[in-house]
Amino acid sequence: MDAIEEREASPEVASQRREGMRLLARATLAELVGAWEAIADKPEVAPVRGPETGLVMVRGRIGGGGDPFNLGEATVSRATVRLSTGEIGHGQLLGTDKERARHAAIFDALFQSYAHRAAVETLHRQIAARIDAEDHRKAEETAATRVDFFTMVRGED
Amino acid sequence: MYVAVKGGETAIANAHRLLADRRRGDRALPSITIEQVVEQLGLAVDRVMAEASLYDCSLAALAVRQARGDMIEAIFILRAYRTTLPRFGYSEPIDTATMKVERRVSATYKDLPGGQLLGPTFDYTHRLLDPSLIVDETVVEPAAKEPGEHVMRVSDILDGEGLIEGDGEMPEGHVAGDLTREPMEFPMPRDLRLQALARGDEGFLLALAYSTQRGYGRTHPFVGEVRIGEVEVELDLPELGFAVSLGTIRVTECQMVNQFKGSAKQPPQFTRGYGLVFGQSERKAMSMSLVDRALRTDEFSEDIVAPAQDQEFVISHADNVQATGFVEHLKLPHYVDFQAELDLVRRMRREYEAARTGGEDGMKEAAE
Repeated sequence: MDAIEEREASPEVASQRREGMRLLARATLAELVGAWEAIADKPEVAPVRGPETGLVMVRGRIGGGGDPFNLGEATVSRATVRLSTGEIGHGQLLGTDKERARHAAIFDALFQSYAHRAAVETLHRQIAARIDAEDHRKAEETAATRVDFFTMVRGED
Repeated sequence: MYVAVKGGETAIANAHRLLADRRRGDRALPSITIEQVVEQLGLAVDRVMAEASLYDCSLAALAVRQARGDMIEAIFILRAYRTTLPRFGYSEPIDTATMKVERRVSATYKDLPGGQLLGPTFDYTHRLLDPSLIVDETVVEPAAKEPGEHVMRVSDILDGEGLIEGDGEMPEGHVAGDLTREPMEFPMPRDLRLQALARGDEGFLLALAYSTQRGYGRTHPFVGEVRIGEVEVELDLPELGFAVSLGTIRVTECQMVNQFKGSAKQPPQFTRGYGLVFGQSERKAMSMSLVDRALRTDEFSEDIVAPAQDQEFVISHADNVQATGFVEHLKLPHYVDFQAELDLVRRMRREYEAARTGGEDGMKEAAE
């Protein structure tokens, strides 16, 4: 366990793990299950907490950038798991899908194990590629609705 | 004496069975799915999430279906559901400046960084019923263009000149209040008012906003900007020591810019009203921003002369779950209350008749 904590102390790995968790929160259940099934030497997974569904109070900022205020709640599902190899992983995502949260936690734990990091990174890239493509398509659709103003010149010269 | 009346059980059970039947409707027609409600009645889902104050598209769609399309009933059901869940924490404040913008318009600047992005709007449609939707014609794919530059916030543009007030600061050390945790108290600080307005009834806020335009607490507003899009929700995980993203939610934000002639303490500048709402709901966000500005009377030493400026009136009546509960409870059995009042009116009537007869006798005596 100490070794794992030390590894997490590296800011680079922590930031990569944070980005990984962002992607796992957006993964579909099919993506997660598919990646799990592709792992050859699966460790045992024991639940530490959850999976459970609860609420997070989403905060906004007055005027967009001022002091915070409470906007309203969102459903969140989360899970914490421990692998038989010792790593602890956390999964948390919007919505009530506990299975997705549990799988996200498993992959967060696997990310911390040298044996599985490459496989998890492949999953991260796969999710990122899908999200980027979706975001880009939406951005293109929005861009097509941009108004191109033109001015009619009137009067004498 | 209090007499308990029983005997409604069968009637209630059968009424609910009938409700389930009417909700399902003609069995020859296919049943609508939750996914269909989310995809095809998305703005109804958004309104339920906003006013239930709970962001979850699937649950909101379920509520809409369960309520047979009755929005306030759906909001009520979803609001009730949230009380069954534990609270995990408070998110980091969402950053609308980094929103993945799906629509952004400004009524104050024609040419601004990011441009006027109309998005999926009802504006400029002719509001004519469209028969093509009856026969379910194939819908063409949306047009696409290469995206342009970052969509800058309009308030940041004006801010550079110092002609507009800042984003909104609370006093030093102020901790944002939470309506779901503490009882309402007046006067209510702006952060709590915004929470109440964000979950307030769209129709009520629309009417109040309209009243300010018609002269009941005039604010002379311009839409600095309305933007709709997805923002990340981040939650701090103490066990890890950093905040992680939980996913994205769609919100609508309105920056309303209002004239202000200045006071002894402040130079003339534009003031602002702010609207932020779950989902795509421009009407609600605009109404919220107008009412937010109207309620800031104490900050600008404005006289309270109109309903929209009276925070106790506005905030106490904006919640449609509370409102419907109190109005609709009147239809529940009040047999004993009414019996008591009936007895009282009968007694008063007897006294009135007696007094009148006595009075007439007295008049007669006086005449003789």
